[in-house]
Amino acid sequence: MSLIRMSSPHVYKANSTANVMRLVMLAMLPGILAMTLFFGWGTLIQIAWAALLALGFEAAMLKLRKRPLGFYLGDYSAIVTAMLIAVALPPLAPWWLTGVGVFVAIVIAKHLYGGLGQNPFNPAMVAYALLLISFPVEMTRWNLPFVLTGEGWSIAPFFDTLGVIFGGAEPVFFDQFTGATPLDEIRHRGGLTTEEAWRQSEVLAQGIGAWHAVSAAWLMGGIFLLYRKVITWHAPVAMLVTLGLISSMFFGFDPDNYADPLFHLTTGATMLAAFFIITDPVSSATSNRGRLVFGACIGLLVFIIRTWGNYPDGFAFAVLLMNLAAPFIDLYTQPRSYGHSRANKGRGGNS
Amino acid sequence: MSVDYRKITLDGLWHNNPALVQLLGLCPLLAVTASVVNALGLGLASTIVLVCSNLTVSIFRKLVPETVRLPIFVMIIASFVTAIELLMQAFTYELYLILGIFIPLIVTNCAIMGRADAFAVKNPVRASVVDGLMMGIGFSVVLVLLGGMRELLGTGALFANMHLLFGEAARSWQLVIFDDYRGFLFAILPPGAFVGLGLMIALKNVIDARLEEKRKASAPKPEDAPPSKRVRVTG
Repeated sequence: MSLIRMSSPHVYKANSTANVMRLVMLAMLPGILAMTLFFGWGTLIQIAWAALLALGFEAAMLKLRKRPLGFYLGDYSAIVTAMLIAVALPPLAPWWLTGVGVFVAIVIAKHLYGGLGQNPFNPAMVAYALLLISFPVEMTRWNLPFVLTGEGWSIAPFFDTLGVIFGGAEPVFFDQFTGATPLDEIRHRGGLTTEEAWRQSEVLAQGIGAWHAVSAAWLMGGIFLLYRKVITWHAPVAMLVTLGLISSMFFGFDPDNYADPLFHLTTGATMLAAFFIITDPVSSATSNRGRLVFGACIGLLVFIIRTWGNYPDGFAFAVLLMNLAAPFIDLYTQPRSYGHSRANKGRGGNS
Repeated sequence: MSVDYRKITLDGLWHNNPALVQLLGLCPLLAVTASVVNALGLGLASTIVLVCSNLTVSIFRKLVPETVRLPIFVMIIASFVTAIELLMQAFTYELYLILGIFIPLIVTNCAIMGRADAFAVKNPVRASVVDGLMMGIGFSVVLVLLGGMRELLGTGALFANMHLLFGEAARSWQLVIFDDYRGFLFAILPPGAFVGLGLMIALKNVIDARLEEKRKASAPKPEDAPPSKRVRVTG
């Protein structure tokens, strides 16, 4: 007879991978809705197409690796990867671009490294980085937000968008309908100061609200994940604070040459990455202190890449670089274990 | 002393392939294999150097004191590389410009130094030449396969610019496999070389594993293995 008195709660619900992935998908809904609202049907079509492909590749790889199909297909991890790729791509990206991305993520970055839980790199970011360096033209062709073009919904109804993504026909409205993202505008503004760029660029002057709204939606999803304890606050907060601090510092010293911190925090992939990418339990640091370091380093790298690098947004590269460093961070941030007076640091620790 | 030429050949081409098994000479391997013509050019140059250096090292193997053998090997290899470099400058100038620093860098190709030290210095002349030739061919085949893979994926065509190596007649050898191909920049850039080489090594390991399985299945099982003997290893 057991004499151990247990305190409440007495009923647990096992938190399976499938459960976590379902919550992540739920948390992505506001962001996806906002992107659809401001950038058209493209995002939804990309998500459906990417998820379909991801399931297909996942099934094929599981079959080749002689793993149980139902068990792994039912955990939704492939679909979450597909959704992350789909929302990171330009909404009007051609079908094969998404296809190459999903193939690289699922087959190369996930299964060749040993499948779910074994991948040292975030699959969605591997795919994004590969696409960005391979197809720079397609990857930087974002459509303008609808607040800017005004009659967006009538220009790009559902079936036309479908045709642009899957059809071979050259879209007539690409020229008037696509343009640089705010990050592009700031990065490639020529000799203008930041303020002049703001005044001259349509996207910056009028369209920035769309990016703010999408970022706010991702933030909402992130708070939901925090509330449900799917992720911890450490990595996102460290990343956002670092990015905010360092951009304020540069903006404070030289506002003509550097963008303001709000701009850095609310454009590009900042919010999406903060809550959905760098919190990946597999490829990031494991301890809470490790996550603080991990997040802070990503914030720093992103600022460096955005400001002085060749690519307008640097999240994919920053995340991949820090994925590489995650085991090293883990080595030096082990928490003190029970019964030991000091934490183990590095390999030679004896306590 | 009889020399097993069949073993030398198989080792060079497959079992001990410099690029796939020894993983030597990876720097030029990864850097210049963006197209078939570059890969073939470097492969040929490396093979010639490998054969000549193995030959020379083997001839002088009894005169070279062991303590200073490495500097002497480097000098022998460097002379042949210089000769190759001058030849390429004379006859395939454009290719020479494309390959650039990687021709002089053949000197530092560990595969060549490795063969000199691991084989040529211990074996007779004929065996050393065969070894050099087979290692060189094994290296070149991997180079060309990787170059072909990257060129096909990266540009959608094969055998572009072959006239750099084979004269004007070869200008028309280019095969366009995919019309209207957008180009897959990743395959041309260095990461594509790493991924491509990794896949080739994986493929070789899979083939080896299959062969091993087949060999085991066909080999008669030992009916009665000798009873294990306890061997006293301590005290």
